[in-house]
Amino acid sequence: MENKIIIAGFGGQGVQSLGMFIAFASIHDGKEVTFLPSYGPEMRGGTSNCSVVVSDKPVASPIIARPDILIAMNKPSLAKFEPKVKPGGCIIVNSSLIEDKVQRTDVDVYYVDANRLAQEAGNAKTANIVVLGAYTKISGVFTPDVMKAVIEHKFAKKPKVIPANFKAFDLGYALE
Amino acid sequence: MKELMKGNEAIAEAAVRGGCRAFFGYPITPQNEIPEYMSWRLFEVGGTYVQAESEVAAINMVYGAAGAGARAMTSSSSPGISLKQEGISYICGARLPCVIVNMVRGGPGLGGIQPAQSDYFQATKGGGHGDYHLLVYGPSSVQECVDIMYNAFDVSDKYRVPVMILGDGMLGQIMEPVELPEFKDLSKLPRKPWATYGDNKGKDRQIVNSLLIEPDVLEAHCHLLEDTYKEIAKNETAFENYLCDDAEVVITAYGTVARIAKSAVNILREQGKKVGLLRPITLYPFPNDEFARVAKQDCVKTFVCTELSLGQMIEDVKLATGMIKPVKFFGRTGGNVMSPEDIVEYVNKEVY
Repeated sequence: MENKIIIAGFGGQGVQSLGMFIAFASIHDGKEVTFLPSYGPEMRGGTSNCSVVVSDKPVASPIIARPDILIAMNKPSLAKFEPKVKPGGCIIVNSSLIEDKVQRTDVDVYYVDANRLAQEAGNAKTANIVVLGAYTKISGVFTPDVMKAVIEHKFAKKPKVIPANFKAFDLGYALE
Repeated sequence: MKELMKGNEAIAEAAVRGGCRAFFGYPITPQNEIPEYMSWRLFEVGGTYVQAESEVAAINMVYGAAGAGARAMTSSSSPGISLKQEGISYICGARLPCVIVNMVRGGPGLGGIQPAQSDYFQATKGGGHGDYHLLVYGPSSVQECVDIMYNAFDVSDKYRVPVMILGDGMLGQIMEPVELPEFKDLSKLPRKPWATYGDNKGKDRQIVNSLLIEPDVLEAHCHLLEDTYKEIAKNETAFENYLCDDAEVVITAYGTVARIAKSAVNILREQGKKVGLLRPITLYPFPNDEFARVAKQDCVKTFVCTELSLGQMIEDVKLATGMIKPVKFFGRTGGNVMSPEDIVEYVNKEVY
């Protein structure tokens, strides 16, 4: 098993933390992982992306030319990375912010109304966790229990936000 | 359970566990997490942290602390390391142990802030003035950063030669699972007979100095350094040989590029092509013997040197192999990074 994921969006959308949740889950699960953030002069509102490789074996290249999964949180990210997705791979589109449809016909596409579902979960900041739920369901790499354990661990110092994050995760995981 | 750590932070923690008790730095991307981490971490272990007024000041503080016997280090990125070169030369002249981390970014000049390997010449061929070398490591994973950093002070103390860890922006920023070693017991370290501890009142003065004005004295000093470098080459040279035993094409790379190249090797092997990877772990001393040995294998037809520069390590590859097989080059520079697929395409186009 090797799962290569590119996550991209605006700075402030939780793109990096979404990638880190997957990385933490990998460690929790005894898997190998690399998490490579984009770094540079970006800030809130600028572009932000990260590459995550999850594997049973030690990961060689952290650089991903052809991702298995693209998580596009905003329109410029979809335009930039859609052509790179591996044929047969999949794209998770944050349809709250992206009206366009994916043009590729050789990939599976999942539209997730992440921002609306985050509000439904009771915390507008959990849009990335909604998508994490969708990723967990679609990829099948991790069980929801592992992801929830990671969420609980990461928010251990802010226990008040855990229920909304769990709900956001469940809403994402429940998508068909 | 392993911990998920960023390369920069892992180096800082491994340094503390390996005995670093003095850090002097000045901020620059993409290595800022090292001084940031040290700024709070060293206080927890009773160490000293100074954000200096400049890189020049920082390296001279390392000079002073190392001279006084402390396990001292600094870190920076390319333009900052250039500024430190005078101090590094003095430290080498004075035969002081210390550790210098360079998380390389694109140059020349202020260049950019994205990953590069264009400081290879500077790191391995001297950098500052005079007949000297550093012991230079090129780790390719966060765990290897930890393992090398953890022992760097021991190695540096043993030979009285500074250790440089040559990474790149990618290695500094990447997060991977790591296992951290236990703290070293500093109370068991031997006393450094040459250090200016300031506690031998009434006895002979200790002098740390790099000024040797008499040519005969300086020449003898340079020969002593040369002998040390030979000893280091004998004992410390390290490399990784991945699938070179039956290889027709040997890709050479170090640091993070070696990982990208390793993925390329795996893809090419799946395509039925006999390709291997030869990776120096010590960049100085360069693993000359292993490169020469692999070059002499009948199966080997070509070397392909891959770097994030316009070709720097390739000169050592050519020297070490005696060019008895052709050495081709594939590189990106300026902060751009190749993918495994780019290397595969190059090999398929230029070699097969």
